[in-house]
Amino acid sequence: MFQLSNDAKQKVLTELTRYESKQSAVLPALYIGQKENNGHITPEVICELSKVMEIPESQINEVFTFYTMYNKSSIGKNHIQVCRTLSCMLNGSTELTEHICNELHVKMGETTKDGNFTVTEAECLGSCGTAPMMQISKQDGSSKYYENLTNESAMNILRGLK
Amino acid sequence: MSASEINTSANEIKYLSEFYHLPEFKTLEGYKKNGGYIQLPKALKMQPQEIIDLVKASGLRGRGGAGFATGMKWGFLPKNNEPRYLLCNADEGEPGTFKDRMMMEKAPHQLVEGMIISGFAIGSKKSYIYVRGEYSDSINALEVAIAEAYKAGFLGRNILGSGFDHDMDVYRGAGAYICGEETGMISSLEGLKGQPKLKPPFPAIQGYLKKPTIVNNVETLAAVKYILRDGAAGYRKYGTEKSAGTKLFSLSGNIVKPGNYEVPLGFSLKDMIYGLGGGTKPGKKLKAVIPGGSSAPVLTADEAERANLDYENLAQMGTMLGSGAIIVIDDSKCMVECLANLMHFYHHESCGQCTPCREGTGWLDKITTSILAGRGRLSDIELLLKVADNMKGKTICALSDAAALPVLSFVSKFRDEFEFYVREGKSKVKGVVYKTPSYQSDHSKLGAH
Repeated sequence: MFQLSNDAKQKVLTELTRYESKQSAVLPALYIGQKENNGHITPEVICELSKVMEIPESQINEVFTFYTMYNKSSIGKNHIQVCRTLSCMLNGSTELTEHICNELHVKMGETTKDGNFTVTEAECLGSCGTAPMMQISKQDGSSKYYENLTNESAMNILRGLK
Repeated sequence: MSASEINTSANEIKYLSEFYHLPEFKTLEGYKKNGGYIQLPKALKMQPQEIIDLVKASGLRGRGGAGFATGMKWGFLPKNNEPRYLLCNADEGEPGTFKDRMMMEKAPHQLVEGMIISGFAIGSKKSYIYVRGEYSDSINALEVAIAEAYKAGFLGRNILGSGFDHDMDVYRGAGAYICGEETGMISSLEGLKGQPKLKPPFPAIQGYLKKPTIVNNVETLAAVKYILRDGAAGYRKYGTEKSAGTKLFSLSGNIVKPGNYEVPLGFSLKDMIYGLGGGTKPGKKLKAVIPGGSSAPVLTADEAERANLDYENLAQMGTMLGSGAIIVIDDSKCMVECLANLMHFYHHESCGQCTPCREGTGWLDKITTSILAGRGRLSDIELLLKVADNMKGKTICALSDAAALPVLSFVSKFRDEFEFYVREGKSKVKGVVYKTPSYQSDHSKLGAH
């Protein structure tokens, strides 16, 4: 059964009083829960948050399912999100994504067998002047932008993360 | 276009972005050394109404997309002592836009100072900066800047002995384009799904937690302290009569020198593309330009070379200035593929609340994808226009219109490319049918029929 660590529980309780309304803490609390559960959220995480926050599960769940940054299934140590929207597409993001997937032997949304990488596409990440680009997020929620990519530079970055 | 026709003397005016090249501008010390927090004490000695009048006189208009007069928006607040909120819209999500990110990363104090002054003007004791969840660097920069501002006495109780209290906090979004719509943002800040609310009541009357709330873009709020510094007339030195001041434009797509450029409103789009942007790559010609983020109707190369970057001129040309995101498309790109890419975006981002948008974006995505796969019929072109037409002005927020407008403009201006694709089953530009990338299962790319 999933349980928040004491530290994480404390953080959730802090969020509950941080905003003018208790409900506003739902988004930040989901981030805390996701970090505690190695980068994705399960029904058990929602159940635990509901108990700690005293907010019905249904209210947390509808927020969880609405937003893309809460992962619905497990992710690898490195979650690669390649931007696919117009400015990146015009600069070769489709070919870049294809190259990354081929090199890692995965299809979109899949995780490599060693659990190192999950590849997904993302909609515009606001890095259009440095297209194509990818964002890599760790299971603890930290993330970084990698910009002006070529097939080679992207693979070099990924090799450095193994 | 020959080189002689390009006005190379048309340069950037670094008004807001004057010190962005200095790494120290990010810190409190560096910001103060370069003119920071000089306007705040001055503002706190003024009457709030004086500041609102000044902003009205400056002609400042919202820099996030709609271009609504900032001072007038502030004037909609109820004239009583009811608590009110200032909410900074930093959910920059309009495809092609990356100016707010630069502003927050390079000059977080510029925004913080602008917000404290704006908060004082509208009588708000609490403000939030709603930043899109992906912008970790922006969030970190703002959190550091806010902490520094508290320590220096620019935030908190009795700021600089003025008797004015103001608290500021950052709220992290979680990946939803719709939260850039002001009422969607308010829902999200309330800890709910980011679904927009019907207006009226407008947020200035009933916003966050049903309290009066002013929602302004990053660039809008950052500009406020410059209006104080230079006065309304000083601010109006740049721009046109109805589109005052400078604006940051994000230039991207098939362009030699992409990036953010600050120019006076009214600047020629041709000079932006060929002068500052260095034009298209060698051997490529300009085909189309989206002048104000992906929701703005597309311009042909010919139209783009005649356009000026201000609210009125672009509206006259049937498009809009929007967020100032200029996406350049050269003649090696297929317009059917570009439109299909955008329709996938809007389908993904529709919040699902209103039927015309939820279903319409789905159909637009399916039909364009089907044409792209070589399975289109001639009747699909009319169907696209019909679906798009049924999506305009029929929903709670503007996302539905934002998806419909590109369809209407792409198809009417580049109809030959769409007809060729449907007739021949391949791209007029590329000579081949779009190859579904191997990383996608064929299923996910199946078209409408």
